[in-house]
Amino acid sequence: MTIDWNHFTPWASLAGGILLGLASALFILVNGRILGISGILGGLLRPQNADAGWRVAFLLGMLAAPATLSWVAPAGLVSAPRIDAGYVTVVIAGLLVGYGTRLGSGCTSGHGVCGLSRLSPRSLVATGSFMAAGFTIVYVMRHLF
Amino acid sequence: MNRTTAHRLSEFIVGLLFGWGLLISGMTDPGKVIGFLDLAGVWDPSLALVMGGAIAVGFFAFGMAKKRTSSFLGGALHLPTSRDIDKRLLLGSLLFGAGWGLAGFCPGPGIVSMAAGQPKAAVFVVAMIAGMLVFEWVDRLGRRALPAA
Repeated sequence: MTIDWNHFTPWASLAGGILLGLASALFILVNGRILGISGILGGLLRPQNADAGWRVAFLLGMLAAPATLSWVAPAGLVSAPRIDAGYVTVVIAGLLVGYGTRLGSGCTSGHGVCGLSRLSPRSLVATGSFMAAGFTIVYVMRHLF
Repeated sequence: MNRTTAHRLSEFIVGLLFGWGLLISGMTDPGKVIGFLDLAGVWDPSLALVMGGAIAVGFFAFGMAKKRTSSFLGGALHLPTSRDIDKRLLLGSLLFGAGWGLAGFCPGPGIVSMAAGQPKAAVFVVAMIAGMLVFEWVDRLGRRALPAA
């Protein structure tokens, strides 16, 4: 295995990860909610939902993140994204992510961060499965075709 | 400040912090996500540190939450109760992982990148919402076909 030292960002990734953990900690302790993006967004798409307020408040906070961070953070803290996928791939990816996260009741935040933090066997299986699928798809795309 | 306002304000702030975390950690860079998922190529281990950092903090928070009966703001603690490891969990997670590997976006980073003005992220989010709506529709048809389940 060769490490990609040019793109490896140990300190920024660790600091960002701690911030993600802190947000998840505040959400369960202060608001009593699991911080899972697919569940928060998906809950708004249900025909009957009486609890839209907290979901919308959280999502508005997320939407405000890029602009506010650029006011307070030094330039270059956030690296420019590299998006190699074309539009057709992005659409297929979005459909799979939307359908899959609702069927599997969670994504990287709900199962990966909150679930593993709770030592939930269900979330461990979910996280193992989506990581395995991710590794496989990237292997197939980058090394077989 | 009444309790509802306190809730809405703290939910907004948590969303903001979470979005900052995604941006700082590199999760909003699909190149970084795919670099992590590419074990057979030149590997970028950054995402392991993102997960490690988040879980290190989350572990203590959920340990505290399990001992409490209500949140700091006095509401219910909505901790998950489902423990089933079933076909839905497995198939759903596999489909999600495949989509994640294809473009390098998972739900949170997709939304934050859209807000940062990335057109492909906006298309991703629209498709993701469409996928979620398809799920709601299929799920409802399934429930109607199997009323006992």
